[in-house]
Amino acid sequence: MSKDNQILEELTSKEYEHGWSVNLETDEAPVGLNEDIIRWISAKKEEPEWLLEWRLKAFRTWLTMTEPEWANVHYPKVDFQALKYYSAPKQTKKPKSLDEVDPELLQIYERLGINLNEQKRLQGIAVDAVLDSVSVGTTFKETLSKLGIIFCSFSEAVHEHPDLIKKYLGSVVPMTDNYYAALNSAVFSDGSFCYIPKGVRCPMELSTYFRINAANTGQFERTLIIADESSYVSYLEGCTAPQRDENQLHAAVVEIYAASHAEVKYSTVQNWYPGDKEGKGGIYNFVTKRGICAGDHSKISWTQVETGSAVTWKYPSCILKGDYSVGEFYSVAVTNNYQQADTGTKMIHIGKNTRSRIVSKGISAGKSQNSYRGQVQVMKRAANARNFSQCDSLLMGDRCGAHTFPYIDIQNPTAKVEHEATTSKIGEDQIFYCNQRGISTEDAVALIVNGYAKEVLNQLPMEFAVEAQKLLALTLEGSVG
Amino acid sequence: MLSIHNLHASIDGAPILRGINLEVKAGEVHAIMGPNGSGKSTLASVLAGREEYEVTEGEVTFKGKDLLEMAPEDRAREGVFLAFQYPVEIPGVSTTNFLRTAVNQVREYRGLEPLDAVKFLSVMKEKMKLVEIDQKLLSRSLNEGFSGGEKKRNEIFQMAMLEPTLAILDETDSGLDIDALRIVSNGVNKLKSPNNATIVVTHYQRLLDYIVPDFVHVLYKGRIVKSGTKELALELEEKGYDWIKEEADAASV
Repeated sequence: MSKDNQILEELTSKEYEHGWSVNLETDEAPVGLNEDIIRWISAKKEEPEWLLEWRLKAFRTWLTMTEPEWANVHYPKVDFQALKYYSAPKQTKKPKSLDEVDPELLQIYERLGINLNEQKRLQGIAVDAVLDSVSVGTTFKETLSKLGIIFCSFSEAVHEHPDLIKKYLGSVVPMTDNYYAALNSAVFSDGSFCYIPKGVRCPMELSTYFRINAANTGQFERTLIIADESSYVSYLEGCTAPQRDENQLHAAVVEIYAASHAEVKYSTVQNWYPGDKEGKGGIYNFVTKRGICAGDHSKISWTQVETGSAVTWKYPSCILKGDYSVGEFYSVAVTNNYQQADTGTKMIHIGKNTRSRIVSKGISAGKSQNSYRGQVQVMKRAANARNFSQCDSLLMGDRCGAHTFPYIDIQNPTAKVEHEATTSKIGEDQIFYCNQRGISTEDAVALIVNGYAKEVLNQLPMEFAVEAQKLLALTLEGSVG
Repeated sequence: MLSIHNLHASIDGAPILRGINLEVKAGEVHAIMGPNGSGKSTLASVLAGREEYEVTEGEVTFKGKDLLEMAPEDRAREGVFLAFQYPVEIPGVSTTNFLRTAVNQVREYRGLEPLDAVKFLSVMKEKMKLVEIDQKLLSRSLNEGFSGGEKKRNEIFQMAMLEPTLAILDETDSGLDIDALRIVSNGVNKLKSPNNATIVVTHYQRLLDYIVPDFVHVLYKGRIVKSGTKELALELEEKGYDWIKEEADAASV
């Protein structure tokens, strides 16, 4: 075996850090999926009738749909009847504030490095923590509400802000958009909601931290972000799950609405359990994320660092409806061992003078498969639309795969679309060069990988970027030797 | 400082070095010359610990320690520096960032505190003058899009930052015009001290006009077949390598 492969081999043998779970007393839905379960969930959440109807409609449509098979991923099919669709830690009463949240729950987050105690938290990030099917707490609510910013769990928003929910729920990702979005619409349990009023620049990063704890449970959260005219918000999302032998399903929906001159920056560091070295277990991450630049001069920017999940199926997209609106997608997707990722974006240019930029950096190690799938669509009305796409792949070792599937559909002759793609390998030469300067092999790989992903990591908020850098190194640890 | 005894090494089963003996003391400059394919670069690579080469026989001690037992990064941390013939590009990693990682890992190995950003920068500024290197170049991705001269200057700059006890310059003159050659050589000369040593691997005598060796060794078919002073280099320049080959081939019959 060449040195390269040895290095890769070792680097990939590192275990998942967040693989522990906690025995919590839970309130769970019975196993299986049918209309009664959906009614059960809806009742549990004391939802209004219209929302139940909405869920049921989604469910009925879902039943007529088939699981998509076009993605470049292979996995045993999910038995939707074997899953539980709701699992919530038992709390005697609904906590009114963070002080009333069960300390055991807070401890889970502390173990993950997320301190929900506002005094102890770094100023500048408000967190909504979601455990399995429910939000366990949201920080800095009061500070934010002084500015008119609403940041709360989705369930809370359903009760407190029904008009906004009614108006925007499913407006960007229709309930019947695709198989997993329909499933999510039927059974979603909680998630985060955020509304930034007109002209307000959100003074802190808003963040949702998703954690799957329960076994055999699907996690179906929904995030809805509404940025009113000339507002700005930067939103962060982090995810982890325990190590389990069986695959777990995570099918989330994120909707972003940006009114004119509004800007939303959405960053994800996804670190779901990827399965073990033999490819056993891990999260199926089938997620629909979409934003609409509804107003003129609005901007939506997606940044994602994807390191976890056994199978990833995810295409954060932008509908550029407003004139002069801008969509961006920055992505680093790392796959190792038997992980499979099929990820990318869709940029739909509808308005005039719309611009989009795609920077995708794939890193494959072990026996993993990493695909970029991106679509750039320029509609008839979208005069002077511009797109620039850059898709790079980095291979570590000789048993992994990198694939690029760009789709371009242009209906306006004034459009300018550029696509660049490169494939490279971490060379033995690069590692030796670092070694010769006194740098250990693991640090050499981290240095090289971070250099490769720099353009994307630079898009992340500072605190997150450092985290992401460490995570990249950790994910690849053991993959070079 | 460095003691090489009967060193044999091969690549993919083919022997390249066939019994090298060499003593290098602190304060000395040794030049290794020889025709193409004689094993000069192999010797440099084996000393630095490149894995493709298999050492089949012999010993190398460096400052009293068994060099061949050490991983490449530990050799570097002990003070062995190789200026590469073909410096490697690392996209997205600036020379500054790269060197800061390197310097601090070396310091950690030696039980020293890491340099903070401010201190590191001030050391860097001072060393930059040695090789007349521009700070802009150091903020760019390491070696990416550098000219031949810039790459070699960058190598010597790294050497200045890492302050090795043994510097091995592998064909540092290749691809350099006369001005670059002067700058690079000046840098190397300024770094010379009674406490460190330099091995200059080169095909041509040209470099030795600038970096004056105490000893010159001629390598042929994996052995040092002739050793002398700097005059030997001049003789080689004048007469070429053929007479040495004949002498050596005759002796080995």
